[in-house]
Amino acid sequence: MRTKSFLILLLMMPLTAFANAAIQEFKLDNGLKLIVQEDHRSPVVVSQVWYRAGSLDEVNGKTGVAHVLEHMMFKGTKQVKSGQFSRLIAAAGGKENAFTSTDYTCYFQQLEKSHLPLSFKLEADRMANLQLTDEEFAKEIKVVMEERRWRTDDKPQSKVNEAFQGAVYRAHPYSRPVIGFMNDLENMTAADAREWYNNWYAPNNATLVVVGDVKAEEVYKLAKQHFGKLKPKVLPARKPQVEPQQIGERRVVVKAPAKLPYLLMGYHVPALMNPDTDWEPYALEVLAGVLSGNPAARLNQRLVRESKMAIDASAGYDLMSRGRQSLFAMDATPSEGKTVADVEAALIEQIENIKKSGVTVEELERVKAGVIAADVYKRDSMFYQGMQIGTIETIGFSWKILEDYPKKLRAVTPEQVQAVAKKYLLKDNLTIATLDPQPIDPNAKPQGKPHVH
Amino acid sequence: MHMQYIRKTFTAGLALLAVGFMVLSSAVQAGVKIQQWQTASGSEVYFVENHDLPIVDVSVNFAAGSARDSAEKSGLAGITRYMMTLGAAGMSDEKIANKMADIGAILGGDFDADRAGFKLRTLSSEREKTQALDVFTKILQQPDFPEDVLTREKARIISGLQESATQPESISSKEFMKALYGSHPYSLDESGEVNTVAKITRDDLQSFYKQYYGAKGAVVAIIGDLTREQAGVIAETVTAGLPKSAAVSAIPAVKLPTQSIEKRIAHPASQSHILLGYPGIKRGDPDLFPLYVGNYVLGGGGFVSRLTEEVREKRGLVYSVYSYFMPMAEPGPFQLGLQTKKDQAEDALKLVKETLDNFIKNGITEAELKAAKANIIGGFPMRIDSNSKILDYLAVIGFYKLPLNYLDEYNRNVEKVTVAQIKDAFSRRLKTENFVTIIVGDPGAK
Repeated sequence: MRTKSFLILLLMMPLTAFANAAIQEFKLDNGLKLIVQEDHRSPVVVSQVWYRAGSLDEVNGKTGVAHVLEHMMFKGTKQVKSGQFSRLIAAAGGKENAFTSTDYTCYFQQLEKSHLPLSFKLEADRMANLQLTDEEFAKEIKVVMEERRWRTDDKPQSKVNEAFQGAVYRAHPYSRPVIGFMNDLENMTAADAREWYNNWYAPNNATLVVVGDVKAEEVYKLAKQHFGKLKPKVLPARKPQVEPQQIGERRVVVKAPAKLPYLLMGYHVPALMNPDTDWEPYALEVLAGVLSGNPAARLNQRLVRESKMAIDASAGYDLMSRGRQSLFAMDATPSEGKTVADVEAALIEQIENIKKSGVTVEELERVKAGVIAADVYKRDSMFYQGMQIGTIETIGFSWKILEDYPKKLRAVTPEQVQAVAKKYLLKDNLTIATLDPQPIDPNAKPQGKPHVH
Repeated sequence: MHMQYIRKTFTAGLALLAVGFMVLSSAVQAGVKIQQWQTASGSEVYFVENHDLPIVDVSVNFAAGSARDSAEKSGLAGITRYMMTLGAAGMSDEKIANKMADIGAILGGDFDADRAGFKLRTLSSEREKTQALDVFTKILQQPDFPEDVLTREKARIISGLQESATQPESISSKEFMKALYGSHPYSLDESGEVNTVAKITRDDLQSFYKQYYGAKGAVVAIIGDLTREQAGVIAETVTAGLPKSAAVSAIPAVKLPTQSIEKRIAHPASQSHILLGYPGIKRGDPDLFPLYVGNYVLGGGGFVSRLTEEVREKRGLVYSVYSYFMPMAEPGPFQLGLQTKKDQAEDALKLVKETLDNFIKNGITEAELKAAKANIIGGFPMRIDSNSKILDYLAVIGFYKLPLNYLDEYNRNVEKVTVAQIKDAFSRRLKTENFVTIIVGDPGAK
């Protein structure tokens, strides 16, 4: 069966509250922030280093450098030679990896709890002492180009997403792909990666998040021991980058080898700015839930199950982003015999219904029940809890705002949901990207003829 | 907060997960107390009592995977499982979804060639738990298989299959299983084929359900905020009204290939998708430990495997290269996979084959063995650090009838593996001269 539609990847993970008193926050003299959540259910620990450096901070011509540097972070320091980082963690029974987004770069290890000092030692070392050689760079940039081919170039819906981001944002750096344009990867040098590392990798641009069977005070001591001696840096100025208001619909078409067409559309809407006073972002979050929070939510129920217009359809909203930009996005795949124009009209009809008739109390309660349950379920995953803390902090809010999150959502009224739909989901504020599927090979020779050797 | 780019692909992650099942062992025994009993209806129950969180997780598993399909009606097993969740005891798909959503319960499932499973996660508070289990029980015991829903879902599945037929990853894995298993049911696509799904009727679903969803032999896994008595009641309730089916027959034996097959398929993608493999091992196979530990060194151990070292770290030819054994009821696949730019695909393939041949011929070093054991044994606590992970392990232990102390034995067995055993097992079990090779995005095609 088809995998879940690509839009899901665009969505902020559902945020749920921390009614958890076991979280403690510390700050080292060099500016490194440490947040520890004690969780004593299993003798394990998750350690994550979050840098406030993502594709948001890149400039034209050097797209993808945040992610390339992430790869280079495993290529050795004065003390730990290339590849050794992974070997040392593996020898301790650990798992490790890293990921880069628009807003951050995160490195993590999952270990039996007694190995936390190893994680700190290695992370502190590569925070300051990376040896970024031309030779290692030359190999790794090829790996990243393969990654781009695999993730984007050969995946039709990824290409639609890339084109969509490029159209919906004109000035804001969210217009550029995290993986980088191929041209920029081809022309990137080790010096570009070094510049990135020197600019952004510093204790005062990082948050260390630890979740697990640990004592917060001891983790603080350990952090001071390993990270305490690192020197803070003067970080480059981050200029405000405001997207000019969109007035007038935008459209973009992507052609790629595929069978099914696909449509991705989005409206500019506010991201969370002031957690104390904002209400619109929470109303938009509820709206997304009403449209696609469960299999019987409006889009799936009406478009997939009742009219059979689409084979899947979903909606989503990013409550928070470091770029302080957000979209209310929807996507759908037309059924056999239907076109992207048909599903576009059907999606718009659902929006217009909400503007006209609002949403029911029942629908609202259902979304809220999901939020309350998710807040409990998330406690079954240490990694996910760490992800939430690190994401929120790196975006520039305190993890503490999450304590109020269920309360904020519960306060949303049907009128507010209707009001944000009316205010923001407007044609002049809409961008639509579609996939025009192309045959794999119009002149295909007979395929799949086995050669026996 | 948009897309995230991860240093290592998910493919490798899945491969680890697949073999991870085997490793859980000592964990469960060491850190988790499993209670096991049989229901009045003959289902096997595996329960872990844990009151740390106000959550209950339940899964019910049947020998009703796609290996039960016929070539004529391929896809029936998967559609039956899925359709059970879309109409039961007079409740529509909408009603079912709303009843679950109203209380924040999550309905999930698993499906592969061997197994069809249903999963439920709910809060343990009375109102939520009662309503969630009520709907869950009806799905298991009173599926309606509504005709109109079947028509709709068949159309969706067919569209999905048509789309998959254009995408290199799906094409390569489908061709791989076909070439590896020939007429054995493991060759069948879990989602079926366009022309077989089209033929499936409501009667087919009902007969499949009656034949394969019997209470006897079903495996119920439960973990969470329940007493043994409460778990007992739940196990009885969810299985009592299941069909009284005859015992399910064994999956036929797998015939090993007697010659190599290399299949090259043209595709306009920028990369070639390459898969190599051979039928691997069964659950409980005596060679399992040497093969599993050895594969960690070959291509299972993430960034530290030989394949990653040779193909990615030294030469930058790929983003992902991996190998895994998927132990199943009958020998599941050994698969080695990579994707690379077309103009270097032949070189990469040659390098991968050399690495594999060298591995099989010369085995591994004592240092590599030591590192593999350190990771597998040292990583044990992370395999059972959540209820949802333990739930999956309970289901596997129950479904494949692994003994309750299997896990302790498992770690000891990992400890005992020697370099000589690894070399011996790989050379006996992987006949590279009869390997299947699939290349989608044939670099030679114009």
